[in-house]
Amino acid sequence: MMIAIVIVTPKPVVNDPQGVTVKQGLASLGFSEVSDVRIGKYIELKLEESSEHAARERVEAMCRQLLANHVIEDFRFDIVRDGRR
Amino acid sequence: MKFGVVVFPGTWSDRDCGWVIDQVLGAELTYLWHKDTDLKGCDCVILPGGFAYGDYLRTGAIARFAPVMEKIGEFADRGGLVWGICNGFQVLCEAGLLPGALIRNASLEFRCEWTNLVVERTDLPFTSKCGEREVLHAPIAHGEGSYFADPATLSRLEQRGQVVFRYCDATGRVVPGANPNGSLHNIAGIVNARGNVLGMMPHPERCSETELGGTDGLKLFRSVAENALQVLVS
Repeated sequence: MMIAIVIVTPKPVVNDPQGVTVKQGLASLGFSEVSDVRIGKYIELKLEESSEHAARERVEAMCRQLLANHVIEDFRFDIVRDGRR
Repeated sequence: MKFGVVVFPGTWSDRDCGWVIDQVLGAELTYLWHKDTDLKGCDCVILPGGFAYGDYLRTGAIARFAPVMEKIGEFADRGGLVWGICNGFQVLCEAGLLPGALIRNASLEFRCEWTNLVVERTDLPFTSKCGEREVLHAPIAHGEGSYFADPATLSRLEQRGQVVFRYCDATGRVVPGANPNGSLHNIAGIVNARGNVLGMMPHPERCSETELGGTDGLKLFRSVAENALQVLVS
């Protein structure tokens, strides 16, 4: 069993009003060192797959076809064996 | 002339569109279920507003894989009229039938209000009954209607005249203050290069009777009704 941990983020050129708002919130709490905030998505997938290489290819395809929209989002992911987290 | 209105789980504006089509316009209407695999001889397919499949993951992200969408893609390829309103526009972008994407409003608020739209194309089957640079009064109701496209796509849209509606003030001036959601270039609606697939965030079906505060939306339905039969579908 494999677990894929997918992170989807808005592309740098895409305006992220949630990030801007959270940055303002942090600043008002005194965390003035925060110069930028970007808010994305965390997606965890359990895969019935034993080969990490195969899992990687499949997850890449899932990200391209559904999990991320290439117009506005970037994605990255890690594959870990279940039980080793 | 037959309109088809697509219903996904979570669609909410299907009956509003249907009412305008059969009660106000007097045209033939059929509803298309998301699992349908034939378009029942429709001359124009409308993807209405709502939250198809709960808008989970992203607006329109799951809806684009519905069985009916494959047929709508083929219909659009043959030149058939496809009209996405609000959530329907989001679905068309996700499906790749229109360029760009619709992201969270810059204000982070769900905006439900009247807007003014300047019509920049009147040579389309969707807008032929509008005047040159006419200002339409139409409501919006969305949280994710901020139009985004990368700079190359945006400049291509502008060069080819694919921007159909822009948010403007009451006199037709396209100014930042008239932009309700942060859309690039005040874009409220675009058409594909061929001119047969239209997406727009405002709701023409909610301004097609005087009782609802305006009838500008009916101009678009009338345009389609007049032109759909002349559009060649091979």
